[in-house]
Amino acid sequence: MKYVDEFRDPALGEVLAGEILGLVEPGRHYKFMEVCGGHTHSIYKYGIDDLLPANVELVHGPGCPVCVIPMGRVDDGISLAHQPDVIFTCFGDMLRVPGSDGTLLDAKAEGADIRMVYSPLDALRIAKANPDRPVIFFAIGFETTAPSTALTLKRAKAEGVKNFFCMCNHVTIVPPLRALLDSPDLRLDGFIGPGHVSTVVGVRPFEFIPREYKKPISVAGFEPLDVLHAIHMILTQIKEGRCEVENQYARVVPYDGNPRALEVMSEVFELRPHFEWRGMGFISQSGLKLSEAYADMDAEIQYSVPGIRVADPKACQCGEVLKGVIKPWECKVFGSGCTPERPIGTCMVSSEGACAAYYNYGRFAREREVV
Amino acid sequence: MPSEVSERERKVLDIIETARAKRAKFRDAQITMAHGAGGKATASLIEGLLVPAFSNESLDQMADAGTVSVLGGQIVMTTDSFVVKPIVFPGGSIGDLAVNGTVNDVAMAGARPLALSLSLILEEGLPADTLKREVAAIAKAAEAAGVSIVTGDTKVVERGHCDEMYICTTGIGLLGDRTALSPSSLKPGDKILVSGRIGDHGTAIMLARGEFELDADIKSDTQCLWPMVDKLLDAAGPSLKCLRDATRGGVASVLNELARASRVAMIINEAAVPVHPAVAGAAEILGIDPMHVANEGKLVAIVAPEAADAALAALRSMPGGEEAAEIGECKTEPEGMVLMATAFGGKRVMDQLVGDPLPRIC
Repeated sequence: MKYVDEFRDPALGEVLAGEILGLVEPGRHYKFMEVCGGHTHSIYKYGIDDLLPANVELVHGPGCPVCVIPMGRVDDGISLAHQPDVIFTCFGDMLRVPGSDGTLLDAKAEGADIRMVYSPLDALRIAKANPDRPVIFFAIGFETTAPSTALTLKRAKAEGVKNFFCMCNHVTIVPPLRALLDSPDLRLDGFIGPGHVSTVVGVRPFEFIPREYKKPISVAGFEPLDVLHAIHMILTQIKEGRCEVENQYARVVPYDGNPRALEVMSEVFELRPHFEWRGMGFISQSGLKLSEAYADMDAEIQYSVPGIRVADPKACQCGEVLKGVIKPWECKVFGSGCTPERPIGTCMVSSEGACAAYYNYGRFAREREVV
Repeated sequence: MPSEVSERERKVLDIIETARAKRAKFRDAQITMAHGAGGKATASLIEGLLVPAFSNESLDQMADAGTVSVLGGQIVMTTDSFVVKPIVFPGGSIGDLAVNGTVNDVAMAGARPLALSLSLILEEGLPADTLKREVAAIAKAAEAAGVSIVTGDTKVVERGHCDEMYICTTGIGLLGDRTALSPSSLKPGDKILVSGRIGDHGTAIMLARGEFELDADIKSDTQCLWPMVDKLLDAAGPSLKCLRDATRGGVASVLNELARASRVAMIINEAAVPVHPAVAGAAEILGIDPMHVANEGKLVAIVAPEAADAALAALRSMPGGEEAAEIGECKTEPEGMVLMATAFGGKRVMDQLVGDPLPRIC
């Protein structure tokens, strides 16, 4: 594949890995968090861990949009899906996320009309094809996917589609990062910044990380060379005693992001005072809801949803995993009570989740050399 | 020096591996679409409910076809249902699949396909022209495969109770004496071959549904694999250990089943796996691994190392096998697992499919 294979060149990967080895200070342990689930996925998919010295440890962050949805929100979604005549649409990964009593896939087997879509526009298309039935889109994701939801709602409004609704679970990246950095048990040496989110928000919102918390960060792309390059950049900063935001993904990410996407987001969404994150509790101003102008398309307003907060399962330690405090295998139920086939916590649900990734690929990431 | 892995981490990883190697349990409260996807949920249904209920020597092998001894000879028997949506797609239709799918399961036992039964379940309101077209497709595919349709059945259900038409076929074939194939006969050192580019069928169906607004010239690979198997049996004889056609769940699922059945590890060389560039592109966009995508005319062959070259040459000499490749080999450790050596230079576990990216593929 043109413009993709270039970023998967094993020969260049070897060169970068060699240079990384040279940047590592013998005997020192480095812990870097890749914020975005997409990076976690790349790291495992390409076996990037195998190319790093064992004292460079990658910690999986809170940036998997499916993983951070709390049980109560899943329950609300299932309750909407069971409303008479409703066609409920969502992304495929969401289908398997456990609520307090089953998943959306179970609700589908019980008779709810739940359809997997690949884009909010698909949901709008379904709404137009079924004008006599309400169609609800279960929106999830960070600033990466929020603009496409916003544009779809805008289009539905402009076209006068009356049967299209949205249950908004969009979240923003900076508040959970700040919550992480404020947590006393966190020990990190740097961040691999979220490339996709940054295409929308730009690099500027991450300036507080080096400024206030003295941690270097490199916003990175998702091909294996991108990830290695970002690690190289962070290690170089540490070696040279610098601490700043760098943009590894400059071929895609402008420093100030995408102003048009930000504009449509601010038109369609407004910040919720609080939003609950699985395992991390409530974080102020971290979630989005539909703005007043779009209230008639807000499924949470137009339908009554239980809105009950469901405590995370006690045994599940998704929160600590998301914070990077423990490794997936250190969780009490990992691999016994909680497996990819029968997940308890959402870190196990999505293939991007830290636990699912470790369950599937963990064993072979460990036989590395320590410098 | 190797990195320190704590005793506790090792213990947890060992638990996972033991769990992986175990026969799956069927514990679900109801059937979901995942049970039809050919991945882990399907395995739990088959291994946890069906096989224990009907256990016998032939079924317990869990091969693509069972064997029955008749008058001193060995008859191979298999059955399959076809519910593909849409019923017509680039490269074929439900009629082609109904013949080739069953014939191929017979062929994977190393048996020459002889005869098929044909059951049609038709939806009220199905246009006669659609039915005639599919009947013609069935007749043509059967002729090409050299099998007779010797019996059949028809049922009609109310509108909405089936989607246009479903087809069930049962096939029998005659087992020769060139080799005894078994999924539990694999040994470390055996080579793993595929008969061509993988993932074409699943991708063609996906694009034919028009849900993704992707356009690419991909055709289903549906074809009868018996001529290829015939040639392979001549070329490799007893060195041919096992054959599988990589339908639902793709090549990855087949390899996982075999690795578990034979208690070997497999290491696959990602760069050696033949994939059509358009299939790779579609899979990339949709976040699917071509190793998990269904095929309808591709086989996986496990061959002892000394016969690997001859087997590969035999595959490549046949129509549809031109791009056959050796993609990996069996190893000792870690038992029951399939590893992928990535083109980038790392390694990952190539697990069975979990969940269902694409229902009703065949």
